[in-house]
Amino acid sequence: MLLGVIVWILTVVICYFFLGHYWWFPPPISEHGQAYDAQFNATLWVTGVIFFLAQIALGYVIIRFRDKGGTAKYSHGNNMMEALWTSATALLFIGLVLAGTRIWAAVHFAEAPADALRIEVLGKQFAWSFRYPGPDGKFGRTDIKQINDQGGNSFGIDEKDPAGKDDITSASIKVPAGKPILLILKSRDVIHNFFVRELRLKQDIVPGMEIPFHFQADKIGVYEVPCSELCGLGHHQMRTTLEVMSEANFEKWKQEQAAQK
Amino acid sequence: MSSPVVHAHGAPQGFIRRYIFSLDHKVIGIQYYFLALFSVFLGMSLSVLMRFHMVYPDAKVSLFEKLWPTGAAGGIMTPELYLSLMTMHGTIMVFFVLTTAPQSGFGNYFLPIQIGAEDMAFPVLNMLSFWTTLLALVVMVSAFFVQGGAPLSGWTAYPPLSAVGPLSGPGEGMGQTLWVISIAIFCGASLMGAINFIATTIDLRARGMSMMRLPLTVWSWFVTAILGLLGFAVLLAAGVLLLLDRMAGTSFFLPAGLVVNDQILNHKGGSPLLWQHLFWFFGHPEVYIAILPGMGLASQLLATFSRKPIFGYRAMVYAILGIGFLGFFVWGHHMFMSGMNPYSAMAFSILTMSIGVPSAIKTFNWIGTLWGGRIRFTTAMLFALGFVSLFVSGGISGIFLGQPALDLYFHDTYFVVGHFHMIMGVAAIFGMFGGTFYWFPKMFGRMMNETLGKIHFYLTFLGVYAIFTPMHFLGIAGNPRRYADFTNFEFMNNLMPVHKFMTHAAIFTAVVQLIFVFNLFWSMRKGAKAPVNPWDSTTLEWTVSSPPPFDNFAGKHPVVNHGAYEYSVPGAAKDYIMQSDPA
Repeated sequence: MLLGVIVWILTVVICYFFLGHYWWFPPPISEHGQAYDAQFNATLWVTGVIFFLAQIALGYVIIRFRDKGGTAKYSHGNNMMEALWTSATALLFIGLVLAGTRIWAAVHFAEAPADALRIEVLGKQFAWSFRYPGPDGKFGRTDIKQINDQGGNSFGIDEKDPAGKDDITSASIKVPAGKPILLILKSRDVIHNFFVRELRLKQDIVPGMEIPFHFQADKIGVYEVPCSELCGLGHHQMRTTLEVMSEANFEKWKQEQAAQK
Repeated sequence: MSSPVVHAHGAPQGFIRRYIFSLDHKVIGIQYYFLALFSVFLGMSLSVLMRFHMVYPDAKVSLFEKLWPTGAAGGIMTPELYLSLMTMHGTIMVFFVLTTAPQSGFGNYFLPIQIGAEDMAFPVLNMLSFWTTLLALVVMVSAFFVQGGAPLSGWTAYPPLSAVGPLSGPGEGMGQTLWVISIAIFCGASLMGAINFIATTIDLRARGMSMMRLPLTVWSWFVTAILGLLGFAVLLAAGVLLLLDRMAGTSFFLPAGLVVNDQILNHKGGSPLLWQHLFWFFGHPEVYIAILPGMGLASQLLATFSRKPIFGYRAMVYAILGIGFLGFFVWGHHMFMSGMNPYSAMAFSILTMSIGVPSAIKTFNWIGTLWGGRIRFTTAMLFALGFVSLFVSGGISGIFLGQPALDLYFHDTYFVVGHFHMIMGVAAIFGMFGGTFYWFPKMFGRMMNETLGKIHFYLTFLGVYAIFTPMHFLGIAGNPRRYADFTNFEFMNNLMPVHKFMTHAAIFTAVVQLIFVFNLFWSMRKGAKAPVNPWDSTTLEWTVSSPPPFDNFAGKHPVVNHGAYEYSVPGAAKDYIMQSDPA
C-alpha cells in the first residue's frame, strides 16, 4: 500500500521537474538545433505519457490488489491484449525513429555545400587546435615529424609546402554566422569528441580517420566546447570555445591573423 | 531427453572438498554470491569516493593519501586517480557483480533444483569456473597496487588510450595490462559457466519438465548462458588482440601516424573502431546478461506473491528469446558518434527500437500478472515491484538514446549514465535483493528479518531514485560523463547544486546498505528456522528441505505434472499447485 503511494509521488515529482525545465538545454543557435528540440519534445511527450501511465498503473495495482482476503483471479493472460500492446509499442517506437531520420540525414547523409568554409579540427591530449586555409584557399601539407606544440605548430604543417605558409591556426574556433562550415576532424593520439551544446551536435574524433562534419550557426555568441570522449587524465580540462561572429568581424579576424604570418 | 540422468559424484568428504573446492552446485552458487557481495561493496565504495571528488575536488582527506600515496599525494585526489576509480567501479560492477550474482550465484544454486536435477551437468567445470572467476577478481584488484595504479581508460577501454602503454597516462602501464588479463580470465570462466548452464538445462530436466513448464527464472538463465557463450568468446578474442597491441607491437587497433605525448609511434594499419565493434558485440548482450535473470526473477516473485499465474507465460518466453536474439544486432547504438558509417546507424536504431518491444511486453505482462491478484507484501515482493518501477524508468530513457538523431547531443552525457545505472545497475540489483530475500530461507535454512528488510527496501528505493533521476537533467543540460572535475566550464559550474544533491543521496544510500549486510549475517545465525516452503511457492526447490540435501532430492527423482505458476486454481485444495503435485 505504502509502496503504491510512494510510486505515485515519485512519478508526480519526476514529471514536475521534467515539465519545469529547471536544468535544461541552452537555446539552440541553428536550424538543426530547432529541429532537434522538436524531435526531443515529441519523444519526451510519447515516453512521458508511457512513463506516467505505467507508473500510475503500477501504483494502482499495488493499492487495489493488496491481499484483503478472498481469492485471486485465475487467468493465464489474454492474447488479444498481448497483440494489441505489442503492435502499439512497435508502431510508436519505430515511428519515433523514422521521424528523427531527417535530422540524422541532414547531419550525416547530406554533403556540405561546395562553398562551405573548411576548418581542420585537431584534438590532442588535452588541447584543441583549429586550422584555416590562408588567402590561397588551400591547406598546406602536414608531416608528423614537424609537430611542435611549443612553437605553435601542433598540426605539423610542412615548412617546405608553400600552400601551408599562410595557414591560420587558432586555439579556439571562430566561424561566421549564417555560413555553412565544414569541419575536418582529426586526432593525433587518442579518441576525442567535438561537442557544442548550442548546436546540438557531437562527433567523435578518431586517430587514423578524417571525419567531415558540417553545420551552420546563426546566432552570434561564444559557446563552450567540452571534449566528450574520455581521453586521459586531462579530459575534464580539454576546453575550448566556438565563437560565432558576424561575417564582417570574422573576415577582419582572419585578416589580422594572416597579417601576423 | 527429459529422463533423469544419473551422473552423481559422491558425497563430499572433509571441509576442503565440501566448502572450498566443492563440486556441489549449491556451495558454488553461495561462493559466487559472496564473491559478488564483496565486489558490490568494493564497487560501491569506489563510487562514493568518485561522487565525493566530483563535488569537493580540492578537499584534503588524509585517508585518501593512506590508500593512494601517489594518486592522492597530500590527501587531494588527482584526476587520474578519479579516472582509475571510475574504471574499476565500472569493471567490477559489470563483471564481478552484475554478471556474477544473478547468473552464476543464484543460477548455479537454483537452476539444477528448479529443473529437478541432482547437480550441474559438469560439476568439475563448475568448480573451475568459480575459481577462475576468483582469480580474475584478484588480478583485477591487484591493478590498484602496481606502478601507476589502476587503468584510467574506463570499463570500455577504448584504444588508442588503452593500447599505447604509460605514454597515454598513468595506469596505462602495468595497471591496464592486468586489467586486460583479468578480463580474459573472466571470459574463460564465463564460457565454462555458460556451457554448463546450457547443457544442464537441455539434458537434465526431470521427467515432465517440458520447456514450456520451466520457471521463467530457468528460461532467463538459459538464454543468458547462450548470450554469455557467444559474447564472452568475442570479448576474449578482443582482449587477446589488445594485449598483443600492448605487448607485441601489433597494430590491430592502432593506426599509423600516432603522436602520443610528443612521441611518434611505429604502428600502422589498425583501426580504433575495430575494438569498439568487438567490445560492443559483447557489451550489448552483456547488458541483457545483467538484466535477464532479474526479469526472470521478477516474474517468479510477482506470480508467487500476487498468487496468480504469469500473465502470458508464452509471451514472456518469446520476449526473453526475442531480447536474447535481437541483443546481438544492436551493438552499433553505442557507436552512433564513433565515426562508423552513418547509414548503418539507421539499421542499428530500428533494431534497437525493436528490442524495446519485447521489453514493453514484459512490463505489460507484469502489471497484468498483478491485476486481480491478492498481493502479499513480503520484502522479496517489494523488491520485485521496485524492479518493475525502475525497469520502466530506466528503459524509457533508452527511447531517446536509441535514436541517432537525439544521440547527437546525449552521447557520453550524464543522460546515458542515468539510463544505464537505472536499468542495468539498480534494477538488476533490485532483482538480486529480491532473490536474496526469496531464496535465503532455502539457501541457509533460516528466514531473513522482514522488518529490517522493509526498512532497507524503502530507503534504498527512494535513495536510488534520488541518485539517478537528476542524472537525466544533467544530461539534458549537456554535462559530459567521465569528468573528474567540473570547475573548468561555466555551464557545468552552474549544475553543481544537482551534483551535490546526488552525492549526498549516494552517501545516504550507501550507508543504508549496511542494514542489508547486518540482516544477512544476523539472519544466517539467528533467523527463525525456515520451513520447506515458506512462501507457498510452486517450483521444485520448495519441495525439498531448507537447505536441500547434498543431492537435492534425497535420491528421489521428481516428476513434473504442472506448469510453473499454478496459483489460485479454481477447485484446488490450496491456492497453489506445486509443479510435482499429482496431475
